[in-house]
Amino acid sequence: MSEDANRLNCEAFQEQLPELIGTGEDVSSHPHLETCELCRALLTDLETIAEAARQLFPISDPPDEVWEHIESAIKSEK
Amino acid sequence: MPPSRSSMQSDGATSLPPAVEVPSQVLNPPPAPITTVVAPNPVLSDLLARAQAGDHLAFAQIYSMNKRRIYSLCLRMVGNIAAAEDLTQEAFLQLHRKIATFRGDSAFSTWLHRLAINVVLMHLRKRALPVISLDEAMEPTDDERAGRSFGEPDLHLSGAIDRLALQRAIENLPDGYRLIFVLHDIEGFEHNQIADMLECSIGNSKSQLHKARLKLRDALRIYPRGEGRR
Repeated sequence: MSEDANRLNCEAFQEQLPELIGTGEDVSSHPHLETCELCRALLTDLETIAEAARQLFPISDPPDEVWEHIESAIKSEK
Repeated sequence: MPPSRSSMQSDGATSLPPAVEVPSQVLNPPPAPITTVVAPNPVLSDLLARAQAGDHLAFAQIYSMNKRRIYSLCLRMVGNIAAAEDLTQEAFLQLHRKIATFRGDSAFSTWLHRLAINVVLMHLRKRALPVISLDEAMEPTDDERAGRSFGEPDLHLSGAIDRLALQRAIENLPDGYRLIFVLHDIEGFEHNQIADMLECSIGNSKSQLHKARLKLRDALRIYPRGEGRR
């Protein structure tokens, strides 16, 4: 396959990628990825980024004083 | 005056300088669409009814049930604890003022998040930093039109990503991209929920998320692990 043809395939694949990822299906089995190292690397990177982001920020409660200020503000608005 | 944690104004939409164009439907959302009817949660429905009738204890319980997610959303969007606390406070004050208008047409969580997002966007609008609107974020840049990812040298990330570099890269995302990235990849909302919150199409939500991830990938490749964007 010529380089131009391969690029067209990459472009077409990457245009479809948001929709493919959005379906939640296993994109890694897409036929284009069998022959395209660049797009395989792209998909791996995107999955790595999403996974790393999920673990980035610990979930915590706001401090109690936030509620105290909310209560105080509500009372003052009455 | 209550001991306000900041100088934020709840109705500042008309008094702010036009530093950023935020879609009016995002800042002032119309009643929730009736197309997303959800099965009612009896406990939540009862709490909501009581809070709408002015029961302060019921409102306190609603706060307790939702404070963590709203605070985390604010924190992830602004990256600053004090500002996130201010925004959480403001979001729940807005909720208290508007809770009587909630009609149960959409999930309460979606409605509350939409309200909190409006508060966050108003805060970002007041920043001196360059930001873009959701509308602007929907428009592809020249780079993105050209499909910049294919054909480039293989510089894919090498396994683990430096947390600090990733955090900086997320902070440097345009607001519109960061919002959808945070909502989907970090908060775990589905595209249909995000589309409902932001009143955009599901396709737009998917597209924006993909662009955000591509920008993060570019940032992490340009700025090697451990360095981040300066």
